[in-house]
Amino acid sequence: MGYQFNGQDIAHDEEGYLTDLSVWNPQLAELIAKDENIEMTPEHWEVVNFLREYYDEYQIAPAIRVLTKALKKTMGPEKASNKYLYELFPYGPAKQACKIAGLPKPTGCV
Amino acid sequence: MSEDAKKFLYVNRKAPYGTIYALESLEVVLIGAAFEQEVTLAFLDDGVYQLAKGQETAGVGMKNFSPTYRALGDYDVNKFYVERESLEERGLTEDDLQEITYEDEDDDWAEKPSIRVVNRDEMKKIMSEQDVILSF
Repeated sequence: MGYQFNGQDIAHDEEGYLTDLSVWNPQLAELIAKDENIEMTPEHWEVVNFLREYYDEYQIAPAIRVLTKALKKTMGPEKASNKYLYELFPYGPAKQACKIAGLPKPTGCV
Repeated sequence: MSEDAKKFLYVNRKAPYGTIYALESLEVVLIGAAFEQEVTLAFLDDGVYQLAKGQETAGVGMKNFSPTYRALGDYDVNKFYVERESLEERGLTEDDLQEITYEDEDDDWAEKPSIRVVNRDEMKKIMSEQDVILSF
């Protein structure tokens, strides 16, 4: 099971999360997004980049309420609602954005 | 926090990497935090090593999950009680523990320390005040 990327087969699990987090790069993120029917915009990248920074610092992907709380602080209240995040990532910001960011599925996310 | 939130205490007594207990406890805390209970963590016996600073796990081939404790403030988990006697018995002091803080919503988001070192008697009292105690 894998993403076809630059002639390589990039392994992912049965839900599409990367098996090896270190192989991630922005082009691969675009490909994963396409697989999720998401066209990456600067707003999508803001969230994805935030998730990567959070993971880098704390070694976990944040829960959705932690994500909205943090976005409120860094990007302002208009970008800190569940509605805004679900518009960007319709099948769940935590699930889809983490997948695109090359992170594991968030803890506690069913 | 709702009125009927229960008081949960997670007791951590094992070193971080020899067994899976420490990581499992942390995962349960993260999952449980979503349910808005009142969560307290206790670290005693070898469990105090879970909060040691400067952990380096490359040699044992396990993920260093110690940075994740610093994220718990975001989950409203900000009561980390560390038993003084357990530290002393291992030749450790509070300075050997990593700094963990949280932002106090009720105090203009002031950054405050999450770790409190308490003695055995105080720990006993903390345990007696809980509704649920989960031991790892």
